[in-house]
Amino acid sequence: MPEVTIETYQQPNAKGYFGSYGGKFVPETLIPALVELEAAYKEAELDASFQHEYLRLLHEYVGRPTELSYANRLTEHYGKAKIYLKREDLCHTGAHKINNAIGQILLAQRMGKKRIIAETGAGQHGVATATACAKFGIECVVYMGAEDMVRQKLNVDRMRLMGAEVRSVESGSKTLKDATNEAIRDWVTNVEDTFYIIGSVVGPHPYPMMVRNFHRIIGDETKKQLFELEQRLPDYVVACVGGGSNAMGIFYPFINDPVTIIGVEAGGLGVDTNQTAATLTKGKPGVLHGSMSYLLHDEEGQIELAHSISAGLDYPGIGPEHAHLFDTKRVSYHAVTDAQALEGVRLLSRLEGIIPALETAHAFAWLEELMPTTKKDEIVVVNCSGRGDKDMTTISAYI
Amino acid sequence: MMNRIQQTFAKTEDHKCMSLFITAGFPTIEDTVELVLGFEKNGADIIELGIPFSDPLADGPTIQYSSNLAISNGITMNKIFDMVKQIRSQSEIPLVLMGYINPMLRYGLTSFFEKAQEVGVDGLIVPDLPLDEGHMIHDLATTHGINIINLIAPNTTNERMQLADQQSSGFVYCVSVTGVTGARDGSEVQKSVDQFIERSKEHITNNPIMVGFGIKSYEDACNISKNVEGYIVGSALIENIKEHFPKPEWKSEIFDFVHRLKFGYSRGGTRRLTKGSISLKTDI
Repeated sequence: MPEVTIETYQQPNAKGYFGSYGGKFVPETLIPALVELEAAYKEAELDASFQHEYLRLLHEYVGRPTELSYANRLTEHYGKAKIYLKREDLCHTGAHKINNAIGQILLAQRMGKKRIIAETGAGQHGVATATACAKFGIECVVYMGAEDMVRQKLNVDRMRLMGAEVRSVESGSKTLKDATNEAIRDWVTNVEDTFYIIGSVVGPHPYPMMVRNFHRIIGDETKKQLFELEQRLPDYVVACVGGGSNAMGIFYPFINDPVTIIGVEAGGLGVDTNQTAATLTKGKPGVLHGSMSYLLHDEEGQIELAHSISAGLDYPGIGPEHAHLFDTKRVSYHAVTDAQALEGVRLLSRLEGIIPALETAHAFAWLEELMPTTKKDEIVVVNCSGRGDKDMTTISAYI
Repeated sequence: MMNRIQQTFAKTEDHKCMSLFITAGFPTIEDTVELVLGFEKNGADIIELGIPFSDPLADGPTIQYSSNLAISNGITMNKIFDMVKQIRSQSEIPLVLMGYINPMLRYGLTSFFEKAQEVGVDGLIVPDLPLDEGHMIHDLATTHGINIINLIAPNTTNERMQLADQQSSGFVYCVSVTGVTGARDGSEVQKSVDQFIERSKEHITNNPIMVGFGIKSYEDACNISKNVEGYIVGSALIENIKEHFPKPEWKSEIFDFVHRLKFGYSRGGTRRLTKGSISLKTDI
């Protein structure tokens, strides 16, 4: 098995830039907190006991390694390349988000922080954070857009059951973007004792790098498992992208390998409408929530409202590393619509007995385009980032 | 040559400099110029004109509200430059634009600075552009004669205070509390601010210091700014406008509030405090 090298690809730089994207665009009040966080993270990264504890929890509590399942019926359906699913839906709490929540809470504990805050869209990151806080006995406040609280009621109830305080955000579009604003305002105010667990590869440096690194285990395991099963690398790796954490997690270990990497954005009602969340396809570079990246914004630089059937992808920004991988064309990004995503849910449910999250279904929907172009001796890996139970209310309306 | 901000500090040596923040286009686009000119007549020494942004993450509910309203009123960057031009045709008050980086980036940084210079902007505050990212605008600002005003907070280290001083011109903005903008209980601010101001004065030696965040009355202003060159009021002013707009004579109420903020008594009234903590020379 080839070494997972970062010799050719070394991002971000010391200032937290991935090419021209990233950085630290935050009020001065947060700079000491980011400096402290960066130092603590660097130290933890090199500390064997920290890594050991992180891996132990991922094993004993999260249930890692997650399986790499051969999707025989889905493969037969297309009659082309073999399809494997990286089963992040089997993680405790039902999605990949917990990998990062565990990593960051260990860091918070190491730094002596007494209070955790988080933002959440679909509620998966909120649930992962609430879960980690319950496990560690730390106070937890989750900011969630009022509209998302209706769409994802089950997750609100789960967070509350585990003792987290869920604060409804009524400002702006009442979705993930506004929940993030509110979480940052809380952090600015309570910066001394509060640790902000950001749920995706977004935000100011070092978050995009740190969150990616806490999720790279997805790609590392995939590589190892596929070598055991097929003694080779995949030809394609596919993942859905909102902020982009599950995607960076599975992409990163393959960046220096001869593998075609594909990110699938949420096209909403279509990339030609204004009801979309396809940030790379439709957006332009700008600054939101602490970093420079692609954004959906108007001529005046005001952030536009995103739309996606999936609350987890309903965000007008994207992680800065994705912006860099898009510009350099290392990863190709495409968009699929709400309707195509729903079709993806139906297909995977009927053929594999796996109900994927609406977010995840975007990756499966792209197979319609990708599979006819593949060959029988090729291998496609799809990151099955989360399960769809939380989305049953939305999905039920369409079946 | 001294620019308008430096001239103002030279002139106000015997009293505190009062800077007022107003969101451009709030409560309506048509009112902004008249409000600014009225603020000047009633004691404002510097005006900070806020460029509204949809996602103002350093601001509390009051400025979020005024920004959203201004955006729905149809404010644009060019309309803000027009306002500056109109004000400049009638007044020499220093005008500082305050806004988040994204609208400036979208306008194009070069065009933004060219236009700012052309219409008569004196300074710029960008709350989401910390010293680490300041290089992005530093050269453009210098070329176009625009002062960059950096912010420091109670948790800013001594080294960074010195850096803020080096990279600022015009003044350094001391954020009195860790938190977002918004009027606060005066005593809450006062508790921690003295020590912070003392430390700031030790490390900021090239620029005047203005203190802001949480000031809502003449008394707050006197207490909080007693050892620095001046103070900034934003949210309390916007709250006041929110309360009176659009009643008849609402502007008169606002100007009266501004007058009280500066002098401690209403327009045409008598001064309550004859000798005061407001005089810089008697205090330090």
